[in-house]
Order: sequence, then structure tokens, then C-alpha cells
Amino acid sequence: MGFEASAIGLGHYLVVGAVLLVLGIFGIFLNRKNVIVILMSIELILLAVNLNLVAFSASLGDLAGQVFAMFVLTVAAAEAAIGLAILVVYFRNRGSIEVEDVTLMKG
Amino acid sequence: MIASIVFYIASALLIGSAAMVVTARNPVHAVLFLILAFFNAAVLFLIAGAEFLAMILVIVYVGAVAVLFLFVVMMLDIDFTQLREGFQRYLPVGLAVASVLLLELFFVLGGRQIAPGAMTAHLAPSAVALTNTDAIGRVLYTDYVLLFQLAGLVLLVAMIGAIVLTLRDRHASRRQNVGRQTARSVAETLQMVHLEFGAGVAEGDIIRPLPDPADREPEPERVGGGHAHGGHAHHGPEAR
Repeated sequence: MGFEASAIGLGHYLVVGAVLLVLGIFGIFLNRKNVIVILMSIELILLAVNLNLVAFSASLGDLAGQVFAMFVLTVAAAEAAIGLAILVVYFRNRGSIEVEDVTLMKG
Repeated sequence: MIASIVFYIASALLIGSAAMVVTARNPVHAVLFLILAFFNAAVLFLIAGAEFLAMILVIVYVGAVAVLFLFVVMMLDIDFTQLREGFQRYLPVGLAVASVLLLELFFVLGGRQIAPGAMTAHLAPSAVALTNTDAIGRVLYTDYVLLFQLAGLVLLVAMIGAIVLTLRDRHASRRQNVGRQTARSVAETLQMVHLEFGAGVAEGDIIRPLPDPADREPEPERVGGGHAHGGHAHHGPEAR
């Protein structure tokens, strides 16, 4: 375990994680009308978080980071399931998934 | 050496497919690129030595979450061209926010340094002689058992929530309406009729005196259909 015997260090992983996080946030801004792609962007952001956790865990030789990455994975799966369920119910009621229509729920 | 090459290929594919996820014209393609991104992230986890998390990522994400996305995208009949109307309009502000954020993150990465005691202050030091899965199992079920149970609870709540949200009432089924049952009184179900001796009863249909409309509202269902009132309260405007 760890980065021994390879030229890949912690910095490489952190750069990849940063770019992935920025791409996820960019996706949220870009697809402001499409809830499905927004949910996928959130998945990308959480993947970037996991990448950072695993990189630090391997670099410091500490398994707590990987355990916490597993917890993040669980929460991300639950979030995707609930989000898609809400999406299905919303589509069943209104026939579209436009985010602008959601403000009608304010009443 | 070979690990470096694999790392660069996998990270380039990861970033490229993530960019395709957010810019793809067709959401089905976006989901497929998401699957590719998860695979490449699993490769990066493998290079870092986290084999167990890599396999979990492939099984949970590619096997469950991405397929769930694929189901929803294909099941809902969505007009996707309408959803892409504001694409050009949101592009500048998105690029601005993303570039500022990326700049900030690179400043953080450039100035970072590991605290002096961090290399020795281990919460759960990784054992040398064990495989990754073995080592994670040893800390997950002892030191982090509360976190493990909490993760299970989160999944249970998510499962129940998803079922409750998407479960649809079947209006064809005749179910018991307990509130209506207990709200009934003797006065509206039972009626004493005094008959003359020898007058007889009309066959099949007891002639009842009409209730006075002033003191009670008319019964909605007929006498013969007493059990066919299941689910009156469920007839919403969205009834199929």
C-alpha cells in the first residue's frame, strides 16, 4: 500500500481531484434545467472527494480515510436513489422535469 | 514506471469522460460516460493501493447507481431538446465560476504542506503484512463499527424513502378503510322497521321509509353494495 516504487505522488491525485470537482460544479451551472445531469454532476463531485480521501489515506498510511470514503460512497448512493425517486414522482405529476417548474411548489 | 503510464491514461480518461458527462447532448450518453468515469476512478484507486474501494466503486456505482440513472433516463419520456435551451446562456457564468474555483484550488495545492506530526499520528495505521481488504475489515468492524451501522441506517432510510415516494395507489383494489369503519354509528347502519302482521314484505327489496333530509345526509352507497366503498378518500384529481 502507498505510493512506494512509483513516481506518482499525492500531488498528482490532488490535481485530478480538483479538476474533477471543478467539472462537477461547472456541470451544475451548465445544465441548470436538467435535474438528471445535475444529479450526475453531484456524483462527480463526490467522486472527487473520494479520490482525495483515498490519496491522502495512501500517502499517510492511514486507513481511516478509506473507511470514510466508504461512508461517502454510501451517502452518495442513498442520495442518488432518493433524488431519482423524487424525480420520478415529479415527472409523474407534472410531465416535465424542468427545474424552473419546481418553484411552483412554493404555493 | 508502468504505474505512472497507467495513472496518466486513467486520469486523462477520467477527466475527459467527466467533461463529456456535463456537456453531452444526449443524457443516455452522459450516463454511459459517467460509467466510464467510474471505471477510470477505480483504476486510480487501484494504483493508490485501495483495492477494496476500487471493487466497491465498480460494483456499487457501475452496477447500481449508474444503471439506476440509465433506467430513469430511459423510462421517463422527457423532451431533452427543451431542457437544453439555456445551454449557451449559462455557459459564460459557468466558465467564470469554474475557472475561479480551479484557480483557488491550485493556489491551495501549491501552498499546501503536511503538518509535522501527521505522518506519525495515525487513526488506523495500515498494516504492512495484510491485504487492503483484510486491513479495512479489521478496522471497520472494531473501531468504526458505529460508522458502519450508521451507513446501514442511511441505506435503510433511503430504501424506505424511495419506496414510499414512488409507490402508486392501485385504485382497483378494495382495501379496508379503518377510519371510515370506526366512524360509522349504529344509527346510520341499522334501522328498525315495524311491519304489520300478515302484511308481508316485498320480495328482494325491503321498502324503507325515506330518511328525513333535514337531520341526516343521504347515504352515498346503496344497501346492497355495503362493502364496495374501499378507497373513496383516495380518488384524487390524478386518478388514472
